Amino acid sequence: MAKRRVAIVGTGQTHHRSHRPDVNGQELIHEAVTRALEDADLSIKNIDAIIIGNMDHFEGINYVDCWSIDGSGGYHKPVIKLTTGGTTGSTLAIGGYHFVASGMFDKVLIIGWEKNSESDTTGAITTAFDPVWDRLVFAGAISGLAVEAQSYMAKYGATDRDGARVSVRDRKHACNNPHAQLRKEVTLEEVLASPMLADPIHLLDVCPRTDGACAVIMASEDYAEKITSTPDWIWATANRHKYTYLGDVNWGELDSMAEASKDLFKKCGITEPRKQIDVIEMYQPYSFAGIIWIEDMGIVPRGKGAEYIWSGATDMGGELPINPSGGVIACNPIGATGLIRCAEAALQVMGKAEARQVPDVNFAVSTGFGGCMWTDMLLHGKKKPNL
Amino acid sequence: MENIEYIIIESGKAVQPFNYSVGMYGSKFFHELKNNRKFVGVRCPKCKKVYVPPRKVCGDCFVEMKEFVEVGPKGTIGTFTILRFAFIDPETGTQKPIPYGYGFIKLDGADTLFQHYIDVHDESKVKIGARVEPVFSDEKKGNIKDILYFRVID
Repeated sequence: MAKRRVAIVGTGQTHHRSHRPDVNGQELIHEAVTRALEDADLSIKNIDAIIIGNMDHFEGINYVDCWSIDGSGGYHKPVIKLTTGGTTGSTLAIGGYHFVASGMFDKVLIIGWEKNSESDTTGAITTAFDPVWDRLVFAGAISGLAVEAQSYMAKYGATDRDGARVSVRDRKHACNNPHAQLRKEVTLEEVLASPMLADPIHLLDVCPRTDGACAVIMASEDYAEKITSTPDWIWATANRHKYTYLGDVNWGELDSMAEASKDLFKKCGITEPRKQIDVIEMYQPYSFAGIIWIEDMGIVPRGKGAEYIWSGATDMGGELPINPSGGVIACNPIGATGLIRCAEAALQVMGKAEARQVPDVNFAVSTGFGGCMWTDMLLHGKKKPNL
Repeated sequence: MENIEYIIIESGKAVQPFNYSVGMYGSKFFHELKNNRKFVGVRCPKCKKVYVPPRKVCGDCFVEMKEFVEVGPKGTIGTFTILRFAFIDPETGTQKPIPYGYGFIKLDGADTLFQHYIDVHDESKVKIGARVEPVFSDEKKGNIKDILYFRVID
């Protein structure tokens, strides 16, 4: 249990692009860090500890905690690295929450980053899977997501047109976000006509590869309200793992998200998530997840995801907007991606999301997803949580 | 800032070979596959779930498993996809031949899914629930490639 309340008091992001040859890793990290410090009106001297991470093997150099001091500002400070694959960014956020909630540190700087342009993404992702039992047929992120979608479609009769509707939504939302990589709308027809990568996933159903970094500053209650008049309070976090080999997965449902959601909502007294939550920033690496995982989250009953998406409820202006930032389909610097969801949810609660702002946000949810079918979740709120 | 051309330094063809332990359970699976063309799973004493590939511990119950059981060789397609995009296979450094069937096979008697290729010459037959059988390699290597692929049986 948390010993004290924790809030996000500042966020910073790079302007994410497919290639950033103008900066190396340290310099990319530095951009996000300076923007977060400016946002919170703090200097690096005010920071007590740093948590940093990315997904190993994308850059051909590990141990970012050691070599990134110029970028992170970690000179003579406690620095720790967390890396959990796709969930790295959200795990960083949960780690930051633990650092502050435990009473160990008052102001923590959390950094997620990736330079996906520096290697072959499929090759790098493959290194996260068992070499003997998982790799023979494995084809990176897309293969696992495709088999999930196939299972779901066989069970509930969803179509690739349903998936495409989610891509259309997220790509439209991304046009409101100056930090997103892909800021151009797509149509249903364009998604369906784009090359088939792995049945039923088309090119425009999946996330791109991105260079980018995100930084978030968390502070204890003693400091949060002095730093900002609109802190984003972290109500609770939840995380679930369930995987040894890919063949052990219950394909077609994301069990880890179902369990994490139950845990998260129970901790916060959320009984009707669809009504009580105002916005979701979901780590949704492909379109069909936008249908399947809202069922796992308990937003709609099993098999009703597509209908809910088509109703427009998750569009901007709808009952429960999802991914006002454009989400992962529009931008995916992997080690930063989960932390960007957290930062975007914080912007929504703080009322600082500008053109992508959802009105009157009291509760926001941010999530993280890893290819090993893991889930991280955070609940963000405008009011202070009970301890 | 200076307007200059940004330089990218290439690593070259870096290679890092590994030697993977598969332990007693994995070794038993590969010996049986190589010598007898049989599939071995292991049953959890608590939840009774049969795992393929076999491993020492049931993750759900966190208890040791000792009861080996024969599964397959036939099974059904649990889920699958057909890979249609070209990519470099990091295991070989060469481009993977496409299209190929990426299958999760529920071997008869097993509760988990076994991953392998599915023959996709006739795509219309490749469906969730379709019956399949393994096609073995002539060469006996004692690894996962002793199976060439699974094919749909009518």
